[in-house]
Amino acid sequence: MWSLENISNTIDNWLHSTFNGTTVMLIEFLIIALLVIGLFAVLGLVLILMERKVSAWMQVRLGPNRVGPGGMFQTVADTLKLIVKEGMTPLKVDKFLFNLAPFIVIIVSMVVLAPLMFAKNFQIWDINIGILFITAISSISVIGILMAGWASNNKYSLLGAMRSGAQIVSYELSAGLSVLCIVVLTGSLRISDIINAQADGWWLFKGHIPAMIAFLIFIIAVTAETNRAPFDLAEAESELTAGFHTEYSGMKFALFFLAEYVNVFIVCAIGSTLFLGGWMPLHIGNWAGFNHVMDYVPSFLWFFGKTFFLIFVIMWFRWTFPRLRIDQLLNLEWKYLLPISMFNLILVTVIAILRWHF
Amino acid sequence: MYRETQIVSDDTKTASPDVEGDLVINVGPQHPATHGVLHLVITLSGETIKKVEPHLGYIHRSIEKMCESLSYRQFIYVTSRMDYLSSHINNHGCALCVEKGLQIEVPLRAQVIRVLMDELTRLASHQLWWGAMAMDVGALTPFFLAFREREMINDIMEETCGARLTMNYIVPGGVMVDIHPNFQQRVREFITHFKNKIDEYDELLTGNTIFQIRTKGVGYVSKEDAISYGMSGPSARGSGVQCDIRKLYPYEVYSKVQFDEIIETEGDSFARYIVRMKEMRQSLSIVEQLIDNIPEGDFQAKTKAVLKLPKGEFYSRVETARGDFGVYIISEGGTTPYRIKFRSPGFSNLSALDQMARGGKIGDLVAIMGTLDLVIPDIDR
Repeated sequence: MWSLENISNTIDNWLHSTFNGTTVMLIEFLIIALLVIGLFAVLGLVLILMERKVSAWMQVRLGPNRVGPGGMFQTVADTLKLIVKEGMTPLKVDKFLFNLAPFIVIIVSMVVLAPLMFAKNFQIWDINIGILFITAISSISVIGILMAGWASNNKYSLLGAMRSGAQIVSYELSAGLSVLCIVVLTGSLRISDIINAQADGWWLFKGHIPAMIAFLIFIIAVTAETNRAPFDLAEAESELTAGFHTEYSGMKFALFFLAEYVNVFIVCAIGSTLFLGGWMPLHIGNWAGFNHVMDYVPSFLWFFGKTFFLIFVIMWFRWTFPRLRIDQLLNLEWKYLLPISMFNLILVTVIAILRWHF
Repeated sequence: MYRETQIVSDDTKTASPDVEGDLVINVGPQHPATHGVLHLVITLSGETIKKVEPHLGYIHRSIEKMCESLSYRQFIYVTSRMDYLSSHINNHGCALCVEKGLQIEVPLRAQVIRVLMDELTRLASHQLWWGAMAMDVGALTPFFLAFREREMINDIMEETCGARLTMNYIVPGGVMVDIHPNFQQRVREFITHFKNKIDEYDELLTGNTIFQIRTKGVGYVSKEDAISYGMSGPSARGSGVQCDIRKLYPYEVYSKVQFDEIIETEGDSFARYIVRMKEMRQSLSIVEQLIDNIPEGDFQAKTKAVLKLPKGEFYSRVETARGDFGVYIISEGGTTPYRIKFRSPGFSNLSALDQMARGGKIGDLVAIMGTLDLVIPDIDR
């Protein structure tokens, strides 16, 4: 089958046969940087269009349909507008922190992409602590948000940033504990090991009910971590106008906006890697014919299909649920999700030790 | 590529915090939660609200003064611009007051048409409120669903009245023109359509757990407080106050139709929400009872070209979508009123906001304002 693995290997071999080691490494760095930036641009365009189309579909309207076929280039036009817009820095803000904040947020989401496995053997960096790396790096983005809120010299921004800080720090616990469930089942932090362990079935099904609970908690927690509705308290446009990015405009605002969508993609990619088998095709028991047909679907299609399904679920949340209040949000985490996920982790450990999983 | 922006601070006096560490925020006059140009100065301690101070006057157009220089036929049109969501009912109140002064007997057909239009307006207003309320608590989809149904009512209005928002359809003595031939048919279609949709509203929002925890126990106002603040309409009925003018002082054909006055006793935001949701069903039932029974006859009583109210004072009140709307006219016997005073429901309802919001969170403030259903031009006039 046609796969991304062959392409990357061919390029690698050709480079090695042409240049010496150091040059090859530099060239590969450059290629990866360009690919990541390209992926960012494409993801931003696709996800924003998808959000608008999904919301339009749920809200009995058409959505963007003027620029390009079916409104496909609407986000391109919007991005162009944001790029040429005046980048305003309000008076009396902390200029250094104010301008630094969006870059911290966007760089964090770029770095987190590194250990993700997009297709069979197609990965930037197969680090042995992959999932720990993702969890560690993604918690830095809260610093960027706090920085933006504090430096803006705006009370709405400050409140939004404080809310965001409390929220992200709390929900990281549940997200981390549900990630740990899968780590316990697999016995490895390496992303490729986690995916290979799911060759005969996804953890969502193999891990019995505790894995499903972990999956549900993971979805709830990452929705909160990415500041999406019903946990979009950091922005809460009916309360705080735009929360921590009230004072931002032009490209700096676009970076926050882009980071939000890329973060959604990243957490959904992690979710599909951990619980839905990453690029592994869907196999059902002894149905040899069915399994064989499924193997013909390219692995990157499986990965992106699963990820985009989870993204759709998160968008579905946004266009259906009202927003929680800040104290209810923290109650939900500390009183319900955290105890449940701790107990769940113990259950999973017992299952893993006794080898009860399939 | 950047311009220096001068931020003018004009609130040094009102915005000085009482206690060190309190945060004073100006919500509005331009803010998504205030649905207009309402300016709230809120004092916060962390996320908790310590004080809410509404500042009015950003959309004051001195409508009362304007009305004094207009004739009794003309001033009704200005009142459409007060509570623009129930403009028809405003016109109705003014027409009733003029008719009381002139002692005009309105034909039965005109009365039925007026009541039909009132209830359709009430439905449209409550639909918009439902969407805006959902948007305040963070759900965006209901707004579009509500507008889908509201559009049908607007189309019906457009066909008969010629306008979609400021109808100006009611004149002293009856209605301006007869109903459009399609009117009954389209209203029947609307009734069958909306009966299903209102269940969908309940499914989407009323039963939602997040919505319930956001509104239950929030913004409590007791029955005594509601009366002493002069609250009226669905906001007061949520606290158990019997105040439906259609029941207490029936006008037109309201005494002949069957409907219930919805009263909830909890006094919180959810009770006010439930009152409005149930009221929509009641309005629907009133429209259903009347739409097939529009009597034949004149749509307007014979009146003189120039109306002159006798010397004296006249008062009439109607139930708008927001509450008790009163029109008070002092006449010196001329062609224009000597003084007109409107009693708008929104103003009294807003006065309870401070008490309701104290001790709550910022998120509660928008949930409370959503259920108070404020229309700012109605408050400022």
